[in-house]
Amino acid sequence: MTAARLPAGLRALPPLTMVAMLGPVAAGLAGTLLPAAGFYPAAGLTTLGLGPLQSLLDWPGLAAAVRLSLTTGFLATFAALAITALFLAGWSGTRAFLALERVLSPLLSVPHAAAAFGLAFLVAPSGWLARLLSPWLTGWERPPDIAVTQDHWGLAMAAGLTVKEMPFLLLMALAALGQSDATRRMRVAAALGYGRVAGWLLAVFPSIYAQIRLPVYVVLAYSMSVVDVALILGPTTPPTLSVQIVRWMGDPDLAMRLTASAGAVLQLVLVGAALLVWRAGEGAVAFLGRRWIGSGLRAGRADAAARPVALGAAAIAAGSVLLGLLTLGIWSVAGFWGFPDPLPGGLDLRSWMRFATGGGATVATTALIAAIATGLSLIFVIGCLEAEHRRGKALSQKGLWLIYLPLLVPQVAFLPGLQTLLLSVGLKSGLGPVILAHVVFVLPYLFLSLGDPWRAWDPRYATTAAALGARPAGVLWRVRLPMLLRPILTAAAVAMAVSVGQYLPTLIVGGGRVDTLTTEAVALASGGDRRAIGVYGLAQTAAVMVPFGVALIVPALVFRNRRALRG
Amino acid sequence: MFRTTLSALALCTALPAFAQPAPSDWDAVTEAADGQTVYWHAWGGSTATNDFIVWIGDRVADEYGVTLEHVKLADTADAVTRVLSEKQAGEDEDGAVDLIWINGPNFKSMKEQDLLFGPFAEDLPNWQYVDVDGKTVQTDFTVPTEGYEAPWAMAQVVFMHDTEDLPEPLPTAEAILDWAEANPGRFTYPQPPDFLGTTFLKQMLIELVDDPAVLQQPVDEADYDTVVAPLWDYLDELTPNLWRSGDAYPQTGPDQLRLMADDEIDLAISFSPGEASTAIADNRLPPSVRTFVLEDGTLGNASFVAIPYNSGSKAGAMVVANVLMSPEAQVRAQDPDVLGYGTVLDVAELPEEDRAAFEALELGVATLSPQDLGEVQPEPHPSWMTRISDDWTDRYGAGR
Repeated sequence: MTAARLPAGLRALPPLTMVAMLGPVAAGLAGTLLPAAGFYPAAGLTTLGLGPLQSLLDWPGLAAAVRLSLTTGFLATFAALAITALFLAGWSGTRAFLALERVLSPLLSVPHAAAAFGLAFLVAPSGWLARLLSPWLTGWERPPDIAVTQDHWGLAMAAGLTVKEMPFLLLMALAALGQSDATRRMRVAAALGYGRVAGWLLAVFPSIYAQIRLPVYVVLAYSMSVVDVALILGPTTPPTLSVQIVRWMGDPDLAMRLTASAGAVLQLVLVGAALLVWRAGEGAVAFLGRRWIGSGLRAGRADAAARPVALGAAAIAAGSVLLGLLTLGIWSVAGFWGFPDPLPGGLDLRSWMRFATGGGATVATTALIAAIATGLSLIFVIGCLEAEHRRGKALSQKGLWLIYLPLLVPQVAFLPGLQTLLLSVGLKSGLGPVILAHVVFVLPYLFLSLGDPWRAWDPRYATTAAALGARPAGVLWRVRLPMLLRPILTAAAVAMAVSVGQYLPTLIVGGGRVDTLTTEAVALASGGDRRAIGVYGLAQTAAVMVPFGVALIVPALVFRNRRALRG
Repeated sequence: MFRTTLSALALCTALPAFAQPAPSDWDAVTEAADGQTVYWHAWGGSTATNDFIVWIGDRVADEYGVTLEHVKLADTADAVTRVLSEKQAGEDEDGAVDLIWINGPNFKSMKEQDLLFGPFAEDLPNWQYVDVDGKTVQTDFTVPTEGYEAPWAMAQVVFMHDTEDLPEPLPTAEAILDWAEANPGRFTYPQPPDFLGTTFLKQMLIELVDDPAVLQQPVDEADYDTVVAPLWDYLDELTPNLWRSGDAYPQTGPDQLRLMADDEIDLAISFSPGEASTAIADNRLPPSVRTFVLEDGTLGNASFVAIPYNSGSKAGAMVVANVLMSPEAQVRAQDPDVLGYGTVLDVAELPEEDRAAFEALELGVATLSPQDLGEVQPEPHPSWMTRISDDWTDRYGAGR
């Protein structure tokens, strides 16, 4: 079937999708580049030049902040990928693996800020672990003065990012596992005398990695430029570059906004450079892997040692997020809770009562934005996938890069520019623009979650339906969409989770007039009241888990008499 | 009434659609305010303040038909950025921000950029009760307010101490240093440029400088290096004895409060005499916390609200500013169970009933009485704050 025979609406959807996704990024970047070059009419600054760059270079913390962005980004990405790979290598198909798979959705639903808060309270010198062990084991009557969090090297921050990114990479790797022919490869490796871990790393991992490469890049770009996690767990003298950019944006001296823009451009360049370095690293790892294969080394003993390490690392990563969530729950109802009491001295429900009176509108706004952004994105994505299917052309590698682009460009690099742009074309702040900004981030994830199941659908159903007289639209509406109900709902749940978690887009594009659970939670976080943070962290997590629950229950109800569609 | 309606009508027809009634014509203001929605951009990090703003919202809705929406900021400068972006984009008539909780450098910045509406504050009916002579309500960090912002709360520096570990007040900067050297790791302050952290630096500067009068002039007109040298000497000695040896700092005032609740520190600065009592009542501080002031007095200033030039609801915003200055709201704000903020009003001059309400207030376990708060020192010119904060970052905040 040729493109010319596609209905006009379907033909228009793919280019429209690209505009919706990439237009804001491009426009926002332009809005950042101009001030970085000295052009900022609102502050009466119109002299183009290198002034902003110079003031960026004059900041004494620059070298350390750049180093931090790089080290935390690489460390977190490498650790998350290593735990994912080793755990898959050592344990896929076992009961331990199923157990982790089962807690994967809750792990993914915990917002980054909430997870970071939970972790910070867990491991701080005055945190829960120390309280449980003091003073009977540690002898501490007062918390020791040790920099466990906010350490100079950003290790706590890297750890916080690792435990949150590991589940994401694991989810992506699980999706890729189906197309990697793992069972047969493992059988060959075992026949050649390789242990479980070595065999998996050498025979299966390369094909998995090729499929999750872009998600890994997203993790790297995100870890390098994250703001909320860095604020909670990162060092402060100096902070990471992205945190400093946000500080400069907030400086009462308006000229500092030019420095912020120059910093944003530097952040963009850093992320680009880091991606190139990582790409080169891939080549190096591949080379070493081939050397290993060539050497014929079976490494049986290392293989046996790697399994418990992998299990321990994955369990600690998952456990710290879940325990952190538990501490948020305890804090949300805690009376005064001093060191070293293992539990709060009393119950205090005021934070929940405040939420009950004022939280309803916020929950409604959050749900409305997530639902509309997801609905719009679903139309775009299904339209693109259907157009692709009818044209018989699969998405090229270049197309995949375009889809990932909004996730690879640091948010601080283009959102402030986007805000100015929206205003100058007369779009008032409010729900509409916020929803459009969310679509930019929701679309890529929806594409990625729905693409594979959509393409995996057996086209013989379409042939059969056509033979029975159905038109292409009829096939889509009456056969394909109903059959794909479960993956569509799951993808929609992922998309809603992404929307609920957006902080900077909601704050900046909404002009502060749009309150969601996430913007409220971060505003409260600046006040450091753990009870309020606990309430909003839990509410945020619940808001993400509800759609996942719907995605489980609805297909089970609809397909109660269609056994093959239930599994 | 009929005549004012008529004049309001005449005003409306004579001016373009977005013009606001003159602040001096209060009847016209309240009339225009009816039905307006006011977006108040205010720091949202304190649940106590958030609850108070909800209460103000109920008052203005009942009395004037004004809908008040609290836009909870993590940083006041976000609102300044917003107004600035709108100006850049030519949005001059109905911007996102109708009212800002503001003072100091943010006010100076907005005033200099012509981003504010006014003058309006001294035309508000409740201005008559404001303690113009006794409190610094007409200057903001030495910058004359000229009616471009309306005061609504007084603040004064106090130090909170955990009496279980630090029983006695520390009367001077030297005493604080001596105690910190004897008890390393038990004191810290929010990291400048945080407002409260910079306040600590200014407070110590006033303590250490020979003649604080020099701080009232812009920093350019003083011999900066000589004036601040004692401060850097002091901090060089203090920093190694701070919490985490000065490698990390709490990021905000409440963050610092959390450290005190976790028993990581025993001494902390606050810009609100009632904050400790409120926090104890709210389970955010241990009951053993008390407050003290320095022998020679401590810094004091006022919190204000200002209206951006491009607010579409200026009348509604003026109504909110006026209600904030009302005796009823002020007595509520001073109640430690609510906010514990100092009043901007001259209590002695209030009508009998309102004065009685103030006098009936219980101040709270950790709050000093107005007499014990001692002398209030004026804020230095804002240029000092900016300069010192920048230099602090160069010296202590950017890696050593």
